[in-house]
Amino acid sequence: MRLEILNRGYSPGTKLLFALIRTFSGQPVPDAAKVVFYRPDFYGAQAKKFTHEAMRGPSAWSVADRELMAAYVSKVNECAFCIGAHTATAGQAHRDGGKVQAVLTDLESAPIEDGLRATLRMLGKLTREGTADAEDMRQVLSAGVSRQQIEDALAVCAAFNTTDRLADAFGFELLSPDGFEAGAKYLLKRGYR
Amino acid sequence: MADEDTKRAAFGALVEGVLAHEGRATAEQRARAYRNSDVPSPLGTLIGKVATRPAQVTLGDFDAAKAAGFSEDQLFELVIAAAVGQSARQYEAALAALAEATANGEAG
Repeated sequence: MRLEILNRGYSPGTKLLFALIRTFSGQPVPDAAKVVFYRPDFYGAQAKKFTHEAMRGPSAWSVADRELMAAYVSKVNECAFCIGAHTATAGQAHRDGGKVQAVLTDLESAPIEDGLRATLRMLGKLTREGTADAEDMRQVLSAGVSRQQIEDALAVCAAFNTTDRLADAFGFELLSPDGFEAGAKYLLKRGYR
Repeated sequence: MADEDTKRAAFGALVEGVLAHEGRATAEQRARAYRNSDVPSPLGTLIGKVATRPAQVTLGDFDAAKAAGFSEDQLFELVIAAAVGQSARQYEAALAALAEATANGEAG
């Protein structure tokens, strides 16, 4: 990463935890995990709580659909690390990697329900242009998506519009395909806490 | 309502931590990075990229900010402030648009 403190600035206890993770997973500790362990009182502790609530908290959206939103927002942001991480996680959660790839390749022709498609379309505009208007929201509502579902989707979008920026700014190192798959398995088992 | 309040409250706590907790950068510096406004170069270049075109951030942007006197811990905080700030503006704009779209019981 581009700041040495994020590569080496951890307490002995955290370094031991990283060593255990490497030993048991057989994979390096992802930079996304390292960032939330650095001075967690400043950012990491609250970021984990918010992201876990958005991605695993109560919602009419499935975990699989929320992971697909994370992958899609990351795709719009062109964030390579988060595209890799959440394409793998959404693929495992949906048990259909082809569907996830179809959404990322061409949202309009992908084999998903119209409500999810309309929601992703709105999240894409919000992410690309930095804003959305009432008409954008009416289009999602008219596709049968509830107000609460839109709010839940916006929380996912906020989490990844933050994380994508940190991944690109700090320079998160890409994992191997096996590394992303191992990370996905962990996220589906344990979440973001 | 309970779920959405929980999510928004969690995001609010994240913003509060970044802006108001004790840090190595001053609260004023973090507030400016959060707003992506009034940040002098070369730090302003880094903060502007984090907010609007993060894929273009380079090691040189960090090196230039360090040469201007910012420590790694300060840059850690200011980059996070810029990322959270941009995300917060988008989140708030979208929630306001949703409120407008659902005013007068249009949908629920």
